Amino acid sequence: MSGTARIERRRNVQLRLSVNGEDTEVSFAPYKTLLELLREDLGLTGTKHGCELGECGACAVLIDGEPQLSCLKLAIECEGRAVETIEGLARGNALHPLQAAFADHGGSQCGYCTPGVIMTAKALLEREPNPSRDRIREATAGNLCRCTGYQQIVDAIEHAASELRGEAK
Amino acid sequence: MMRLPWFDYRAPRSVEEAAKILAWEGDGAMLIAGGTDLLPNMKRRHQMPQTLVSLRQLEALKKVANGSGLRLGAGLTLSELLAVRGLRERYRGLAQAAAQVATPQLRNMGTLGGNLCLDTRCTYYNQNYEWRKAIDFCMKKDGAVCWVATASKRCLAVSSTDTVPALIALGARVKLVAAAGEREIALAELYQNDGIEYLKRKPDEILTEVLLPKADGWTSSYWKLRRRGSFDFPLLGVAAAAKLAADGTVAAARLVLGAVSSHPLVIKCDALIGRKLTDDAIAAIGEAAESRAKPMDNTDMDLRWRKHVVADFAGYALRELRGDDMSAMRLRIAKQMV
Ligand SMILES: Cc1cc2nc3c(=O)[nH]c(=O)nc-3n(C[C@H](O)[C@H](O)[C@H](O)COP(=O)(O)OP(=O)(O)OC[C@H]3O[C@@H](n4cnc5c(N)ncnc54)[C@H](O)[C@@H]3O)c2cc1C
Ligand code: SF4
Ligand code: FES
Ligand code: FES
Repeated sequence: MSGTARIERRRNVQLRLSVNGEDTEVSFAPYKTLLELLREDLGLTGTKHGCELGECGACAVLIDGEPQLSCLKLAIECEGRAVETIEGLARGNALHPLQAAFADHGGSQCGYCTPGVIMTAKALLEREPNPSRDRIREATAGNLCRCTGYQQIVDAIEHAASELRGEAK
Repeated sequence: MMRLPWFDYRAPRSVEEAAKILAWEGDGAMLIAGGTDLLPNMKRRHQMPQTLVSLRQLEALKKVANGSGLRLGAGLTLSELLAVRGLRERYRGLAQAAAQVATPQLRNMGTLGGNLCLDTRCTYYNQNYEWRKAIDFCMKKDGAVCWVATASKRCLAVSSTDTVPALIALGARVKLVAAAGEREIALAELYQNDGIEYLKRKPDEILTEVLLPKADGWTSSYWKLRRRGSFDFPLLGVAAAAKLAADGTVAAARLVLGAVSSHPLVIKCDALIGRKLTDDAIAAIGEAAESRAKPMDNTDMDLRWRKHVVADFAGYALRELRGDDMSAMRLRIAKQMV
């Protein structure tokens, strides 16, 4: 899409971006958010659709490695960006250590907040492999969970961190 | 589902080009930076621009320059702002304010410029279209009366930005660029006490830069009242900055309140000049601030209590300037140590 191209009303636009490491080209209605593009046009429904107003974190994905809210990101602004979603974590049947830790520590109950929390935690652990519990709470402050009471989420992230550092018992 | 309405989208490559598009499109166009304020507003049909002019590709808005002070590009995300070298040491109040804006994910998206132009907020306004229709629209959007004070001739929606009080206390100026020319004004001059026309920015102006004077001898602080420790818009923001002599005598001081008016409220501190920040001096300024604050019943929590704690929060800020160890109190109130 050239810089100043004007989008014709009610016509789809083309976009190229990388999703979970794969170059993807997609045609979509230009008013869509990244969340709507992922779920409706790319069939990636792992990313959850909560408040749609930036208040819950259920829709968090990584854009060029940074956690951002896909419900407040225009898809059109993701041209050329690398997007990572929860679908990109497992390797075949092998869960990512964060996914395994959430299952083992009760970090996920109804599961609705889980993809957003895990993506946010993944970015944290890539930058800070050994965060304190307070630091984990601070990094996930934008992710609401109505089920767990958060303790198990912090436990799971702590455990996954030690696993990723190669220290887990 | 709350879909965005249709819009035309432009992504200019230079500030000049963006300014030309704004001049050409007139009132129908709006700038989009991080979109974290504008897109929720569009979803709720508060703002319905025909054209969105994206600032995403404007590298000029990402610049940081040290010189006689600090120049900050309006397009820096709040996370990028917090990573500016020396910010926490030299402009602590700004760092404390930026670190308490929204959530980590939103700070990766939302920009400094967007925070300066943030729409005013109100319980009767920050609702979806159907909700507002059900009680009948108010004058900020689609209606004629104000539900907070039905006799009011103006909208009383609340200035809710965290960084602006901190920046005004630090003496910030801003640069505004339009196709017809540019101007530089004191940041405080950008605002007026009207919930609808809260900005004196002209519709074709782009805020490109924030300019901070040298921090020599100045110390600053920001305290925020919010319901949850994790994140929430301010119910009160208190920013203070002072230039102190070696013996603690005040050479200059500024105190600015956020979230208790439709604009940032500057409190006179002349009484402090030439004095030390004693407990009595702090209490007197706190009382003056409390009596000036006029919170309305259009945000969270009881409004009398919100007014009542103004003096306390002003006290925390001024004591921090004086050098008191406020870390335990800060951790209790802000849940973080910036
Ligand atoms: C859940 C949630 C919680 C939040 N909590 C807080 C909070 O605690 N404190 C707080 O201060 N904010 C908060 N915000 C609001 C917002 O995230 C921040 O204010 C952010 O900094 C806005 O920046 P933006 O780039 O996303 O703005 P945008 O949404 O892109 O723009 C906001 C407005 O500014 C205009 N604008 C943007 N850039 C420029 C420019 N360079 N020149 C002229 N006009 C411009 C736009 O046209 C628009 O009118 C919150 C938002 C959400 C969704
Ligand atoms: S202060 Fe009054 S006019 Fe303004 S948004 Fe609230 S109800 Fe509407
Ligand atoms: S759906 Fe995006 S933050 Fe709630
Ligand atoms: S597990 Fe249900 S919301 Fe978090």
